[in-house]
Amino acid sequence: MRLRSDLIGLQTIVYREYKRIMRIWMQTLLPPSITMALYFVIFGNLIGKRIGQMNGYDYMQFIAPGLIMMSVITNSYGNVVSSFFGAKFGKHIEEMLVSPLPNSFIIIGHVAGGLMRGLLVGFVVTIIALFFTKLDVQHVWVTLTTVFLTSIVFSLAGFINAVYARNFDDIAIIPTFVLAPLTYLGGVFYSINLLPEFWQAVSKANPIVYMVSAFRYGILGEGLKQDIPISWAYVIIIGFIVLLFTLSLYLMKTGRGIRE
Amino acid sequence: MASDDLTKILISMAQQSDGPGMILMTHSVVVSSAHALLESPFSIVKPRIGPGKANNPMKALSISGLQKTYANGVQALMGIDLEVEEGDFFALLGPNGAGKTTVIGIVTSLVNKTAGQVKVFEYDIDEDLDGAKACIGVVPQEINFNQFEKVSNVVLNQAGYYGIPRTLARERTEKYLRQLQLWDKRQELSRNLSGGMKRRLMIARALVHEPRLLILDEPTAGVDIEIRRSMWDFIKRINAQGTTIILTTHYLEEAESLCRNVAIIDEGKIVVNDQMNRVLRELQFETFIFNLCEEIKQVPVLDGFVVRQLDEQSIEIEIGPEQNLNQIFEKLSALGLTACSMRNKTNRLEELFMKLVDSKNNHDGAEQ
Ligand SMILES: Nc1ncnc2c1ncn2[C@@H]1O[C@H](COP(=O)(O)OP(=O)(O)OP(=O)(O)O)[C@@H](O)[C@H]1O
Ligand SMILES: [Mg+2]
Repeated sequence: MRLRSDLIGLQTIVYREYKRIMRIWMQTLLPPSITMALYFVIFGNLIGKRIGQMNGYDYMQFIAPGLIMMSVITNSYGNVVSSFFGAKFGKHIEEMLVSPLPNSFIIIGHVAGGLMRGLLVGFVVTIIALFFTKLDVQHVWVTLTTVFLTSIVFSLAGFINAVYARNFDDIAIIPTFVLAPLTYLGGVFYSINLLPEFWQAVSKANPIVYMVSAFRYGILGEGLKQDIPISWAYVIIIGFIVLLFTLSLYLMKTGRGIRE
Repeated sequence: MASDDLTKILISMAQQSDGPGMILMTHSVVVSSAHALLESPFSIVKPRIGPGKANNPMKALSISGLQKTYANGVQALMGIDLEVEEGDFFALLGPNGAGKTTVIGIVTSLVNKTAGQVKVFEYDIDEDLDGAKACIGVVPQEINFNQFEKVSNVVLNQAGYYGIPRTLARERTEKYLRQLQLWDKRQELSRNLSGGMKRRLMIARALVHEPRLLILDEPTAGVDIEIRRSMWDFIKRINAQGTTIILTTHYLEEAESLCRNVAIIDEGKIVVNDQMNRVLRELQFETFIFNLCEEIKQVPVLDGFVVRQLDEQSIEIEIGPEQNLNQIFEKLSALGLTACSMRNKTNRLEELFMKLVDSKNNHDGAEQ
């Protein structure tokens, strides 16, 4: 009985998030599409031609999966952090907190919002990429599962950021000082094989490296010299999901940053 | 509900609560209890349920030993005990910062308690929080809906969080938005509503899952008198249909005329908790303002009464438990003065409040 009503609650959050993304599409969908189109033009087309091959692929082909993944990551994160912090700031988070909807469903609902925006932007960026290069997806399941799971990871991360955040600066700091460097150094624009051994080892502590390279493997296929074994990528991604979800639940339960 | 049913209910409620209009009649039959209130305003804490109520009806809310210390060290609640019976119309009163909103916050799980126990109907919030939450509808003191959401969506979403299927949610949304005269505004962005409309929107939102306990934290703050009256009627009707109501307000005449039971909280402690009419009856002193037909040069001396002059044609007189108005009239006549008209200085609850605050201030002063 309660499960049924909890599912209605979940559905309500998901639908509300969907409407939010669509209502403010000028903030949610348009900017990442423009940014990514510029990346393709500048890095892929203009500079890429001079770079030549990367890991045996045209530079444009090489960075396309990286750029798709990058937009999925930033948009999943960005959606949850701004929606949930917005709810905290505007106090309408209280609407959910006073209701009998379990914390896990509140988290899942917001993660679903992050997924929607992340995947939607990822899709748009893929379409844009197709104007510049051709992408024959080699391993459909690897491609879909890695992008899906990665989106969940960063939706959860955005959720946690929002829980801790006390003002608008707090929701800008992590994306700027943590997320952006990790993404840029996460093998979006280059293969970590190019790095000296020491920096390769350091890079392997960056979880985004695994996600990007698993996704790139899914699209470009066997021909790609693997930076990282694919099974490792899954272990790490799923490990992060479990870790971050548990932390989110814990934070909601204790009311950190949410209840007085 | 048919409108004449409603009238009957309203009349019966008016009869139950002896409002300001009945002061004259009740005052002369007040039985003195030795100035208890003035000497120790905190002494009227007593069990609210009189001997008349033999069997124990279900409690909509029972709170015991509730304490709250905020992270900044503010001790907002210092051990509160409170019981509200099912079906009651209960006033939770107290000056700014007394702890009313904190109590409500804890009951609705927006604030974590430091110590104590809270039960909402049969659900202990430590054991079955979701069960407790499902019983409560809350109208918070501060606006807390998404200002960028449409009016109807504010209510619809809330219904969703409570697990109400979409079709039923739509029906209820229409029902309550109509009842609160917001149906015409349903497509409006909620931030475009006026202040009073926003309050009403929060009432509609709180009712959409038809809670057994409705908690209203200053619902009439900043609402004009006409809307306030229609809100009172509306809330009375909800109460008559069986919903338990807890109301906080700073409009004391509102509490006086609406509520059957009252608790007054001050600095995190309950200082009064009783039936409204008993609380009012125990007020020993009342102040009346007399407008005289003649101009007076000096304060008239009325034996045994404290008289203060307000202006050349009006005086205020305090009457105690052993005194009555006839004595005043006689003494005025003897001085050749005529009382053209007369009124209560404040309503009685307000006097109680003032006395509580005064005695507190005196006490504080003595300590320094
Ligand atoms: N979030 C908070 N953090 C720290 N202290 C708080 C917080 N909320 C309330 N307080 C303090 O707790 C005390 C009780 O506040 P509360 O809001 O419960 O009073 P109230 O009776 O609702 O007052 P009002 O009539 O003004 O609404 C006050 O001293 C207040 O400053
Ligand atoms: Mg308050």
